[in-house]
Amino acid sequence: MYLKAFIFSGIVCLICQIVLDNTKLTPGHITSAVTVIGAILSFLGIYDKLISWAGAGATVLIANFGHMLYSAGVEGYADSGFLGIFSNLLCKSGIAIVSVIVFSFVFTLLFKAKD
Amino acid sequence: MNKEEYKKLVKQMSPKEPKLRNAIVAFLAGGSVGFIGEVIVRILMESFSLAKVDAYAWLAFIIILFATFMTAIGKFDNIVEKAKCGLIIPTTGFAHSVQSAAIDYKKDGLVTGIGANVFKLAGSVIIYGIISAFFLVLLKVVLYG
Repeated sequence: MYLKAFIFSGIVCLICQIVLDNTKLTPGHITSAVTVIGAILSFLGIYDKLISWAGAGATVLIANFGHMLYSAGVEGYADSGFLGIFSNLLCKSGIAIVSVIVFSFVFTLLFKAKD
Repeated sequence: MNKEEYKKLVKQMSPKEPKLRNAIVAFLAGGSVGFIGEVIVRILMESFSLAKVDAYAWLAFIIILFATFMTAIGKFDNIVEKAKCGLIIPTTGFAHSVQSAAIDYKKDGLVTGIGANVFKLAGSVIIYGIISAFFLVLLKVVLYG
């Protein structure tokens, strides 16, 4: 499992690096694209299989953000219909968004920019 | 010398990116993140008897805490510069972009600096993640009910 996690996340990063070096895309384009690809793989039912195969190797990637958004949206629709998509979409990936806001705000107040 | 010639000259003179080396470094760095993540998940599941889903959620939390802290103390920029996609594609890249934007714009004040700029880079991840997830959920509902 450890080896699978290493290989999977390594290969995804390798592919992204090759795309980054050989096209004019910026890292911002690539992370956005990987997030969208994560949502699409989740839609196709592949991402759950990737997680059960590679474990944390699949969940540490930014693609997991798209997967969490999609799967939370589907659960929201199952629970409370159309409006449930809106109310539920962020409930899993909220961990990432809220924690990044809280930590970056606190650390920014505590530390100075290094130049 | 016209513009086109100048561009050609710049292209010739600028150092070539070592593509193969970049790719190998990205593979090793990205793989290490996945490996360490798996170790953390195992520790959480065995020592704190967490369910797998909760362990993955804690892992995301720990990664973001680690990446924002390392960026805030100024140790992470050099590592990301070297590892490139190896650290940009994992959640560390998301946290790094928010934290570095926050600390760079701190001098412009709390609202116009930090408030307006933290999601300058990570914003597109959130926007396109939500847009794609939303329409895919709609598509799934239309196709399969």
